Amino acid sequence: MTYVADVGALARKDLLLELRARDTLPAMLLFVVSVFVVFHFTLPAHSSDLAASGLLWVAILFTALLGLGRAFVAEREQRVLDGLVLAPCDRSAIWLAKGIATLAFLVAAEIVALPVFALFFHGVSAATVGGIALADVGICGVGTFLGAMAVATRARDLLLPLLFLPLAIPIVVGGVGASTAASPGRYLGFLVLYDALFCVLCWASFEYVVTE
Amino acid sequence: MIVARKLGKRFGDKRVLRNVDLDVPRGGFAVVTGANGSGKTTLLRMCAGLARPSEGELEVAVGRAAIGYLAHEPLVYRELTALENLDLYGRLYRVPERRERTGMLLERFGLWQARHDRVASYSRGMTQRLALCRVLLHDPSLLILDEPYAALDEQGAALLDDQLAELRGVRTFLVSTHDPARVERFATTRLALA
Amino acid sequence: MTHARAQFVPVSRLPRISLPALAGSSLVLVTLALTLIFFVVPNDANQGFSQRIFYFHVSIAITAYACFAWGAWKALRHLWKHDPRADLESYVAVHQGLIFGTLVLATGSIWAKISWGHWWLWSEDQLVLFLVLFLFYAAYFMLRFSVDPGPQQANFSAVYALFGVVLIPVSFAAIRLAKNLIHPVVFTLHGPNFGGWILVTYCVAQAAMLVFAYTLYRVELAGKRLDARLRELRLA
Repeated sequence: MTYVADVGALARKDLLLELRARDTLPAMLLFVVSVFVVFHFTLPAHSSDLAASGLLWVAILFTALLGLGRAFVAEREQRVLDGLVLAPCDRSAIWLAKGIATLAFLVAAEIVALPVFALFFHGVSAATVGGIALADVGICGVGTFLGAMAVATRARDLLLPLLFLPLAIPIVVGGVGASTAASPGRYLGFLVLYDALFCVLCWASFEYVVTE
Repeated sequence: MIVARKLGKRFGDKRVLRNVDLDVPRGGFAVVTGANGSGKTTLLRMCAGLARPSEGELEVAVGRAAIGYLAHEPLVYRELTALENLDLYGRLYRVPERRERTGMLLERFGLWQARHDRVASYSRGMTQRLALCRVLLHDPSLLILDEPYAALDEQGAALLDDQLAELRGVRTFLVSTHDPARVERFATTRLALA
Repeated sequence: MTHARAQFVPVSRLPRISLPALAGSSLVLVTLALTLIFFVVPNDANQGFSQRIFYFHVSIAITAYACFAWGAWKALRHLWKHDPRADLESYVAVHQGLIFGTLVLATGSIWAKISWGHWWLWSEDQLVLFLVLFLFYAAYFMLRFSVDPGPQQANFSAVYALFGVVLIPVSFAAIRLAKNLIHPVVFTLHGPNFGGWILVTYCVAQAAMLVFAYTLYRVELAGKRLDARLRELRLA
């Protein structure tokens, strides 16, 4: 299927760019560990495990934002986006490929972050990991989409958090629920619903973000 | 190939194009001239499919796969090599025999030696020559070139002259330029924008 | 083959209600609603006189949802049918929605203070939902005005408005998941759990709010269209 081939070619390009530049992923790693250390100092003494669980999600959200802010910078600075839009491939492939690449970076950062979190605070359950995996899909799908818009505005990196955070609230609810509730099933199901709804919306409307 | 009637373009309050008529037959060579800000780039972008008209009608007989557009910017990734850039575009445009064609173009435009170097290390002339490779890679039937000679060095300009001479009549051209004398011998249609 | 034509799409002709007629009906309905709310409806058994703010709060909330939905519909028409009027209509609808949404937060806060003694309650799901929506639609304006006027601004706004309308039910589900519902349920699955004058008053208040919102929408739309026409004439 040529659509899959297009997404593959574009995602390869994004991964290659990051491998060359080597700036986003190390920054995300350092950022998330720094945030954990800050958490330690902001949590009052004798805080429960639940508080730390909640803060894990804050850390993931803002680390993701860091990575998402960089996602379309190359395309915008060098106006290469026009070149991609001119190509005969479906424009949604651009979003999907960029989303997949960003997801890869976020997961890579989390693979380091979760053990560090376990070291500093407390272990993470399987439900938490499942929640994080599902949440990552939503975060990267919606975040990449909004990032493409934000980078075309005057306000640029100022705008992305403003656009992203209201949309991220249901993700956080689902995620924290999965981490802390007695029956995480409902919350995981909700995350699946969120991912499905918003990824379809992003996929269908990305065309209009990059064309007139 | 291209038919435009009473074409107009507005960006919010600013009017950039007004009442433009254009007729480019298949195999024709249209030259668009005009001062800076007269809307040349906007017209070319509309024909390439990157912008929609605000008024009037525009008909382009071919789809995206058969259009090659050379913009002011080279539209290549600075952090990738020439080969990687052309490989990406080759895949996206589903170019048959991608590797051979890429090699042939790089060689023709004198970039073969630098094919493994990052575009960031290229001179302006080299980058523009790479942009030309990008445009010609998928052998488009409609070539839309926005001031192609502007960023080219001597060597590149000569190569472009050869390329235009070779493809004239076989492919359709829409070229905007500040220096119409250079392409005057090819021109079949002329449009001057106010 | 690409064929692009800019033309005026014939707008589906709903009976065009004149602005004075709308303003008149707004006035009548709002007066009627206020009369009913303050003079006719009996006091609530549990909460007393202060409960009357519920008629404003709920009707304003539904009106806000209606504005956002209308904005999303117009956004869809802009993206899908390239209706040249739709972008402005979508923007004005979202603007009205944000205004009414702010009123929801205000009336809800007042009601919370009177009923439960706090200006803000995280346990009030409707209130929290409107807080999220307020943030979302406030960002709509930041987005819109961070882009120069033109097709890109219209496209971005339209897509974002569509996201908003999907966010409303998803956020609502999220908030319910996160908390137990304390907000007094007005319409249960078995039908409204109040009858008689209360139902009548609520329906009148709701109709009044919707008509009032539509009037404001038409007024703002007329004003903005006049501005646009003036600019167009100046350019020509």
